[in-house]
Amino acid sequence: MPGKSASRNKTELFLDGAGISRALTRIAHEILEHNRGAENVALVGVLTRGATLAKRLQALIEKIEGAKVELGLMDINLYRDDATTRLDQPVIQRTDILFDVVDKNIVLVDDVLYSGRTIRAAIEQLIDFGRPRSIQLAVLVDRGHRELPIRADYVGKNIPTNRTDRVNVHLDEDDGDDSISIERGAGK
Amino acid sequence: MGLASRHLLGLEGVSAEDLTQILDTSISFREILERPIKKVPTLRGVTVLNLFYEASTRTRISFELAEKRLSADSINFSASTSSVKKGESLRDTVQNIEAMKIDMVVVRHKSAGTPYFLTQCLNSNIINAGDGAHEHPTQGLLDMFTIRQKYGSLKGLRVLLVGDIKHSRVARSNIWGFKTLGANVAICGPSTLLPYEAERFGVDVYTNLDEALEGVDVVNILRIQLERQQSGMFPSQREYTHLFGLSSERLKRLNKNYTIMHPGPINRGVEITSEIADSESSVVLEQVTNGQAVRMAVLYLLSGKKGEPEETES
Repeated sequence: MPGKSASRNKTELFLDGAGISRALTRIAHEILEHNRGAENVALVGVLTRGATLAKRLQALIEKIEGAKVELGLMDINLYRDDATTRLDQPVIQRTDILFDVVDKNIVLVDDVLYSGRTIRAAIEQLIDFGRPRSIQLAVLVDRGHRELPIRADYVGKNIPTNRTDRVNVHLDEDDGDDSISIERGAGK
Repeated sequence: MGLASRHLLGLEGVSAEDLTQILDTSISFREILERPIKKVPTLRGVTVLNLFYEASTRTRISFELAEKRLSADSINFSASTSSVKKGESLRDTVQNIEAMKIDMVVVRHKSAGTPYFLTQCLNSNIINAGDGAHEHPTQGLLDMFTIRQKYGSLKGLRVLLVGDIKHSRVARSNIWGFKTLGANVAICGPSTLLPYEAERFGVDVYTNLDEALEGVDVVNILRIQLERQQSGMFPSQREYTHLFGLSSERLKRLNKNYTIMHPGPINRGVEITSEIADSESSVVLEQVTNGQAVRMAVLYLLSGKKGEPEETES
């Protein structure tokens, strides 16, 4: 695994830009394979980085398949299970799902799958927009430690972590570079 | 992030950052109103008391719907059907209701300062829904939201408030909020219905509507309370309409792409003609829809900000 030599250095680079792009290309193919094409498939990205990834997947799928794929963006903060217990409310960004979700095969896209609570909130919100035929989940990183019975259909990289580690996903559009790194012992 | 205060008592003194945060958050809530299911689970378990000591249609229904759309539980109190009739004081009334475990209070009262008084004796978050002639902050916010929706920003816009400025809480919230976000504000009305030393608000003051309308982008027409005529504030309704009513002829003085606002309820044919109230440049109903989004944002941002009753200084 890369980063072994830097074990004393707390931050390990796990995946670079080329690796991320290869993983996304594979996920795009898997989505098309699983759904037998792009027809009736729509992507919904969880803000902020899930939305960026969803945009990239949209471009990839449209290039591979030559067909249009709908894209929606979603802020899940209003559906959090700790919304009324937090002291300061998080900033709410705009949810933009401008197509009809009814009978679509929706692929939720997020950067890191961890406890599963974000995805629980995203599923609940999505169902308030209508009744999709199916909801699938694509994530760039699955770092384990689920607290809910949720799993991903499409995974870029499985990264074994401790709860005390922090996984940083950087995307060019949001952070100026493409990389996945792990800070050992940096989380709560 | 988060607002500086755990209450919303008025827009006077609220920073541009906080105003912007509320308005930005309202954009997200505005979108929820266009969904098939106009409800989010955010404030589950939060109980809101709507304490209305004065009549209200729009504000009360708007707050109630905002609470329901956020999944909060709401209780409606109206003074006329309560033990207030038996002489129970405001303080006793609210403390008894709070003892039943409520989290937020939306209050309208004829006396200015009532919301502030409630912050002294309750733990709940207090939201002012209109207190006397003091402020009506959520109306001010929804007016700002509606203007931002059309023009993108309030900066540099010329906004004119017409009518009974003296008795209008909407006017005060408008003035403070608009000015903080960089609009140029002017007021116009009969001199009997302008506040003393109105210039101290930092606004341009006019008693001639035709002069005031020159080069204005947004006109906010305030309702003229017809009962003011009895108290001699203006001689006749006809004269008021002639001097201060908005007519098609007068609109020519406005800037292109102008906007007509009215907080309601409208006296058609008095302060504004029906023709203008229903015209394309009138955003009266859009204001009402936006009001819900803004109130949802305020409820959301204040919820969860816990605290004790504030110390009384004096």
